[in-house]
Amino acid sequence: MSLTTNNINQNELRKLAAREGYTFFGLTVPYLIMVTALIAIPVGWLFYLSFIGRDGTFSFENYERMWKSKAYIKIFITTFKISILTTIICAAIGYPLAYFMSQLSRKWANICMIGVLIPFWTSLLVRTYAWLVLLQKKGLLNNIAIDMGLISEPIKFVHNTTGTLIGMVHIMLPFLILPLYANMRAIDKDCMKAASSLGATPSRAFWTVFLPLSLPGLLAGLLIVFVLCLGFYVTPAILGGGKVIMAAMKISSNIELYFSWGAASALGVVLLVVTGIILFIASKLVSIDQLGSR
Amino acid sequence: MANSFLNRNVSETQIRLKDRLWLYVISFIVLFLLIVPSLVVIPMSFSASQYLEFPPKEWSFRWYENYFFSWKVENGFNDWMSATWTSVKVAILTIIVATPIGTMAAYGLVNGSSRLSKILFPIFISPMMVPIILVAIGLFYFFVQFKLVGSVFGLVLGHSLVAMPLVLIIVFSALKNYDMNQEKVARSLGATRFRAFREITLPQIKFSIVSASLIAFLTSFDEIIISLFVAGGDNSTITRSMFLALRDQIDPTIAAISTILIIVSSGLLILVQLLGNKDKST
Repeated sequence: MSLTTNNINQNELRKLAAREGYTFFGLTVPYLIMVTALIAIPVGWLFYLSFIGRDGTFSFENYERMWKSKAYIKIFITTFKISILTTIICAAIGYPLAYFMSQLSRKWANICMIGVLIPFWTSLLVRTYAWLVLLQKKGLLNNIAIDMGLISEPIKFVHNTTGTLIGMVHIMLPFLILPLYANMRAIDKDCMKAASSLGATPSRAFWTVFLPLSLPGLLAGLLIVFVLCLGFYVTPAILGGGKVIMAAMKISSNIELYFSWGAASALGVVLLVVTGIILFIASKLVSIDQLGSR
Repeated sequence: MANSFLNRNVSETQIRLKDRLWLYVISFIVLFLLIVPSLVVIPMSFSASQYLEFPPKEWSFRWYENYFFSWKVENGFNDWMSATWTSVKVAILTIIVATPIGTMAAYGLVNGSSRLSKILFPIFISPMMVPIILVAIGLFYFFVQFKLVGSVFGLVLGHSLVAMPLVLIIVFSALKNYDMNQEKVARSLGATRFRAFREITLPQIKFSIVSASLIAFLTSFDEIIISLFVAGGDNSTITRSMFLALRDQIDPTIAAISTILIIVSSGLLILVQLLGNKDKST
């Protein structure tokens, strides 16, 4: 008698646990619907469109064009060149700053952190506009350089690769510093003490102990910056002045100017695949939470 | 005196301050370059000239006047005030859509099985991972079928999509730090799950939810690329109008708008920082 009661109880509990599970899943359903309706279906549709040729039948012409047309190859080269350069420059100037901040007391580090976060939250457009003002022919930078006698003629900083790079580095730098700083903060300071008590010079302790320990954060930052650069649109469109054409801009002009959905979709699919591969590698190397921290 | 200061040890490896001065110098330069360039728009916005000269020779409020009195002055994208109004409307509606959906999903993922969260989490942050230009043209194509292009509703859907992952991440991490057993106690005392959430959990994570919604607001307000494709007609957003204006000519009104945007976003950021620490201390 008591055995059956137990069984009934167990069944009840199991049912309740299952119902709990459904409730939790149910709570995520609206989110799931949004993502499915607004990303999965539209992007899936673009994927389909990328295989439709100009005559309306199935074809690979949109993809073939990419390696046959010089214009497209140039766009790929520009996109990768700008993305790689931006990533390298960000690492070169972001690493010292993150290291400096990680050595400060919490209080001072938080104050410096505000310096990193303010630009992070300032509108992208505002920052791009500010660089346009600073770098243009009669801008502040040229004026100062001329007043100091460094140059006689104003240098063209904007509407070219230089301007695009300056603007993009400024916008991407916080994305590199945030994961890198979090990683450096977590490094046990005793490791450095141990290294120096074992006779390492400060620079040797840095190169053999600190740097390897900070690599996961650096890698996370580099990958985020690189992926964001690949799909970047606003800053190159304004600071590049139409001379620096990156993949995202070509996608946009394919649609706005030529209404050529197939070509735009194919380029978008390539961009998505490249991004996906990089993020997949990244997720194997660092935890996905770190990538998601904005 | 100065010498002893410079010879002070500054790290675990006994580096003296003077040997590391270069690091300090580089760091200050980088910090300077991060913060100061954006601020150049503030003096520019008070310039009297229509050319972007720096420093301005004469001062005026004409660009602010241009901005605040721009209701339907010209057709097209110089109608700054109605664009601002659209942006504010869309951003507030984005809070209303993205915050509950993101919070509910975070609650489900934290309490549900780890398998569920392992599968869904990457899907849920995909709006941050997929190149935004692809999302934008996809939405454009999709919205054309439903006649949502140029509508506030379409914009709200698009902006909510990019704001939801941020809400999810913030609320998710707040719930991770929260002891769910408190809800169990409430329910064992007879409260329903919803009541337990509302009366026990919600008050303890409310600051995280508020800061998540502020971030949703800011994300929507700053969003450009989706707006570029999805907005249109009478419903341009402020950032879209600015972008279109910047691509064509340099209008100093943009400096005035930028100044206002800097003030708004710094204000919200400070608020978020203050609120973010509040949940943890309770």
